[in-house]
Formats: sequence, structure tokens, C-alpha cells
Amino acid sequence: MIRVQRDDFDIGKEIDALRKGRTGIGAIVTFTGTVRDAHGEVTAMTLEHYPGMTEKELARVEAEAHARWPLQATLIVHRVGRLEPGDNIVLTAAASAHREAAFEAARFLIDYLKTSAPFWKRESGPAGDKWVEAAP
Amino acid sequence: MTRLLYFAWVKDKTGIASEDIELPGGISTVADLIGWLKTRGPEFTHAFEQDGAIRAAVDQTHARLDTSVADAKEIAFFPPVTGG
Repeated sequence: MIRVQRDDFDIGKEIDALRKGRTGIGAIVTFTGTVRDAHGEVTAMTLEHYPGMTEKELARVEAEAHARWPLQATLIVHRVGRLEPGDNIVLTAAASAHREAAFEAARFLIDYLKTSAPFWKRESGPAGDKWVEAAP
Repeated sequence: MTRLLYFAWVKDKTGIASEDIELPGGISTVADLIGWLKTRGPEFTHAFEQDGAIRAAVDQTHARLDTSVADAKEIAFFPPVTGG
């Protein structure tokens, strides 16, 4: 399942929903991305996205994970709008019968999302606003 | 009509988020379209001057410079993505 939302998410509730009724699951791995202020320069982070394409890309990322690993369930939740340091940004989760597939798929979901899903971060701080540059 | 969309700093520089235009004749690829957009005034020249730093999507699918825009309904321009 994929979701794009302004509201925060509760990791415990998300995992409960993911595993409910799926007794073949033996391993669940989650990744949570949060707003970082490593150097006292970020007071807020605003996430912009491309409605429509975002959902298509996230669905493509999820489908690719299911094509590569034997997964019972996956989840991607990504927030948009204004966030503050410490806030949740993104959750990816992968559930499988065994841990190897769950670890690898959870990592794949976030790595692939970061290169393909149309989100852009703008940081606000004492020095003003700036768009975050993509990692090379 | 084709809808053009601009995101993040591309939008900041062009000054608009979206517009509906009739693509001029002779524009068949993303590269052609960028070349034409650059001629539309100082804002667009500025927005697209570092064209190697701009990504495009045609009908909500990642595109390349040689991707056709002939039958496109929606074409978007944006910086490399920074989500996650």
C-alpha cells in the first residue's frame, strides 16, 4: 500500500494494519526517515510533490519490490507540507516469511523512492530558505 | 493544448506553477521544448539556463531529452528529486 499525506503516522498502528490477517509473515522490517537539523540551521522543512505522478512512482517502486522478493505486504507512507526537525517524513515497511527478503526490500523501497518519486525538500532556517540539492 | 508544470526551484524561477499552451510547430522532443522555453523571456531563460540540472516528465512518467512530446497532455520540469 502507498499513501501520501500531510498528517503524521503512527508506526505501531501502521505495522498492526500491515500484518493483520497475514499469518504467513515471519519478518517485518521498517525504515523511518525524519527531519534532521544537524548543525542548528534548519527550523522547518517543506516537502513539495507532484500529485498524480507521485502516486504512480510510489506504486511502481512497490511493484518492483514485489517482483524482486517474496513479500507478503509492503507499505510506503510519505508526508508532504511543512515539517519540523524530529518530525517523521517517510515510512517504508516490508513483510516477508523470512528476514533476508524483508531487510532487502525495506531498503530497496526507500533507496528507489529517493531516486524516482517526485518530492522536493525546502529547508528554512535563520539564513533563509533553500532547496535541498540531490545527493550526487 | 498541453499542460506544462514547474516544480521546486524551476517554479520559483519561472514564477508560475502551471500553464496550458499550444506547442509551437517543430517541437518534437523534450530537448526541443526546453530550447523553445528558454526563448520565452528572462524568467524562462534563467530557469532553464542550467538545463543539465533539470529533469522532465511526460504524462507523469520520467522522460529523457529525446523523449517525444508529440502527443503529450502534461509535461513537467523539475530539479532532481530529494524525497525520502
